[in-house]
Amino acid sequence: MNSAEQIARDVQSGSMSATSVLEMSLDAIRARNEELNVFLYVDEEGALEAATNIDARVAKGENVGPLAGVPIALKDNLCQDGIPTTCSSKILEGWRPPYNATVVERLFAAGAVPVGKTNLDEFAMGSSTENSAFGPTRNPLNPSRVPGGSSGGSAAAVAADMTPLALGSDTGGSIRQPAALCGLVGMKPSYGLVSRYGLIAFASSLDQIGPLTKSVTDAAMLLEAIAGHDVMDSTSLPEPAPSLIAHVNDGVAGKRIGLVRELFDGADEDVVASVELAVEALREAGATIVELSVPEFRLGLSAYYLIAPAEASSNLARFDGVRYGLRVNEADVTAMMEATRTAGFGDEVKRRIMLGTYALSAGYFDAYYGQALKVRTLTIDAFARAYLQADLLLGATTPSVAFEFGSKTSNPMAMYLSDVFTIPSNLSGEPAISVPFGTGEAGLPTGVQLLGPGRSEAQLFAAARVLEIANGRP
Amino acid sequence: MSLSDGWEMVVGLEVHTELKTKTKMFCGCPNAFGAAPNTNVCPICLGLPGSLPVLNVRAVELAMAIGTALHSTISPSTFHRKNYFYPDMPKDFQISQYDLPINAGGYLDLPDGSTVSIERAHLEEDTGKSTHLGGSGRIHGADRSLVDYNRSGVPLVEIVSGPDIRSAAQARAYVGELRGILIATGASDGRMEEGSMRIDANVSVRKSGEPFGTRCEIKNLNSLRSLQRAIDFEAQRQIDLLDKGGKIRQETRHWDEILATTSTMRVKEEADDYRYFREPDLVDLIPDQAWQDRVRDALGPMPAERRALLSARLSSPTDALLGAVEVVIDLGLDGYVNGAIDANVAPELAIARAANELAAGIDTLDHLTLASFVETLSMEQSGDLSATQAKTVLLELLAKSGDPKDIAATRGFERLASGAVGDIVAAVIEANPDEWSRYREGDEKLAQFFIGQVMARTKGQANGKEVIAELQTRR
Repeated sequence: MNSAEQIARDVQSGSMSATSVLEMSLDAIRARNEELNVFLYVDEEGALEAATNIDARVAKGENVGPLAGVPIALKDNLCQDGIPTTCSSKILEGWRPPYNATVVERLFAAGAVPVGKTNLDEFAMGSSTENSAFGPTRNPLNPSRVPGGSSGGSAAAVAADMTPLALGSDTGGSIRQPAALCGLVGMKPSYGLVSRYGLIAFASSLDQIGPLTKSVTDAAMLLEAIAGHDVMDSTSLPEPAPSLIAHVNDGVAGKRIGLVRELFDGADEDVVASVELAVEALREAGATIVELSVPEFRLGLSAYYLIAPAEASSNLARFDGVRYGLRVNEADVTAMMEATRTAGFGDEVKRRIMLGTYALSAGYFDAYYGQALKVRTLTIDAFARAYLQADLLLGATTPSVAFEFGSKTSNPMAMYLSDVFTIPSNLSGEPAISVPFGTGEAGLPTGVQLLGPGRSEAQLFAAARVLEIANGRP
Repeated sequence: MSLSDGWEMVVGLEVHTELKTKTKMFCGCPNAFGAAPNTNVCPICLGLPGSLPVLNVRAVELAMAIGTALHSTISPSTFHRKNYFYPDMPKDFQISQYDLPINAGGYLDLPDGSTVSIERAHLEEDTGKSTHLGGSGRIHGADRSLVDYNRSGVPLVEIVSGPDIRSAAQARAYVGELRGILIATGASDGRMEEGSMRIDANVSVRKSGEPFGTRCEIKNLNSLRSLQRAIDFEAQRQIDLLDKGGKIRQETRHWDEILATTSTMRVKEEADDYRYFREPDLVDLIPDQAWQDRVRDALGPMPAERRALLSARLSSPTDALLGAVEVVIDLGLDGYVNGAIDANVAPELAIARAANELAAGIDTLDHLTLASFVETLSMEQSGDLSATQAKTVLLELLAKSGDPKDIAATRGFERLASGAVGDIVAAVIEANPDEWSRYREGDEKLAQFFIGQVMARTKGQANGKEVIAELQTRR
């Protein structure tokens, strides 16, 4: 499938219809969705209506928007009016939100065509999409491997050429890690750059919505379309969307890029080798490489696994069987709530609710949640110090390439370690991007990660573009 | 009620007041009482997955106004989540304030000269409303429960007093004075019967001079009468228990209005664990000095000051008159009264009409302009309207607005010519010879009959005292 950039140009110029683009997308979904389990719901009717409408507007000479006629996949924790939204959980099965997430509104305004909802680890809790109540998603590059998670369905949709664009959400690496494992570009923007209104919360202070695409330019286009202040989200940054596409080819000449030991230490050799090659590519493009150590990043994982579950334990309380979704009837309301939650949530979700409830409990709050908040502050300060020495930071996205199904499910800690390099940016609320670079074990792609200070998305895209070119994409 | 020898009650009150904003605390739904169930709702106040709260600035201003009136310190504050499961709370947590309330500290002076300290007055959201049908009629054991989320997300301020109250009467006076302040700040309509104000009372007893005893919390007292009776009952219950050698168990108790008793709702085996933590979906609330100043400047005089001002206008303040002044201030009617006095209406008359007729028609007070109130009372004072007629005109003005002169004319209220009463009394006597002879023989009750007859013929215009005088001269 063509890039989103190409499709939008063709649809707007009238040389290709949005409906024919959609048909290609739906054909690709029909061909492989059963095998890969990417989409939980395909809205053929709604997508066709949107595409037809775009074609009619093009025919009238209207400017349809920057994403004219581009099919897009939505992670199934984003609300779309009238479309089943499950978070891959039995507890929400059958629920149809009566409203659109802000990002969905903005996609429609930009002329994009949402085609359906993609699989994820239940409530975005996981790193392999094996925690979905509706079965795992397979990695299109090698179906015996996981696509990563939790935005595994969205990554697989793009990797399998079902849609050129997808939205995911990233709480501890859930966009960047599957991007790396599926050979894609994935960005977690600065906290507050994209409205969270309509994103079903996992951990509110960490969640951000972001793009999964094949190219850096497509990612910049998609992010530019959805970013910018939203009155519906109190944590939304006050300024309008930044200009991103215009800076994609700015390069890295004269930039100081910090290679952070803690962001690749412990990774597989093939991954480390790719990071080293990325260093060379950036240096060749005119960047200065600074070697740094940020020991605080090692604490991130522990802090994250207290903060995220604590917030989740509260965010997921509302799934009680009273108003929507699953209800398991019992004699009284307390028993009904208990039975509903027992039946509706999967093991990993229950594990995190228990972790978080414990971390917030009287008598344990200071030792766990309170302590984690202090570590979070330490992480933020450590980033700030690093950015005195470097404009951007570089490391690996994940410790390994896509792994086999079941290889980490028996040991939650091993699974949690998949996010060790991505978590620091969520704690600091700063942007980071994973870009495919190099090849690892079994010919699978490796990803490298670029991190920047708050609102440095344009610089991150420019640096990612340098690597993308060096990796062979024109 | 006085307590048995040597016992003293210690009471602290938590008053929840709904703020009179146009919209709810975190969404654009109307903040209105009485709509059909679940019609004033949206994804946000239903806590639907993915929805987020956005703070209503007007609610913050009203909270600041309350704090200013209570001499609180307005401080940078945060919102927290108070986590517990309850079906009428759509998110299964309540957005409230915890360690950093917007209003910290303060005090309230009561009319009797005592002072009650204020610990805090913080912002929080209201819950929905449950109705339990069949079975026990309570949440556990009902056949069915219905929930109306119209109230969910309505802004509340919870005002927590110190444990400074020593009698049920003082508790009542505190709530009365607080209610006046809430009305004066525009924060609340003070309608307890509609749930605009709800009170929880923490009650304990001790022998004078001893440390505080174990307290019980009585939930949801929704009238001044219930408040007073519940506190008295609860204090006596605790004293009786202690006198018999029992121990007070810390618990939440329910006040039964019909049985006039409190009973155990739930026992606090240990402190409730609400797992409070900072609400990550909201930013910190930091009212700057300029904003605080604007709120302070917009604030009119509070009830205590207004009560003093109005009382000072009375030439001979009797207890009855001062009682009426109290009603006028409590209901915020002093604007009418002062306006009338300024227009040379006698203070006693203005206060009487406000404390009776206006108080009775308080729900439709919007219909009555100051000008028409003043005009009606001036007509009464000059004798153009009798007292009965003036009251009738006021009731009509309150019911549907209008011009006092037109109302009087439409109803045929005309001033009687001098001497006319004598002629009418004579005509009534002639038409009712039997009653007249019984009256002459000493049946005083018949005076009312003759007054009624005269009033009917004069459309209420006659002065009752004048009628009696005419009857006496003919007796």
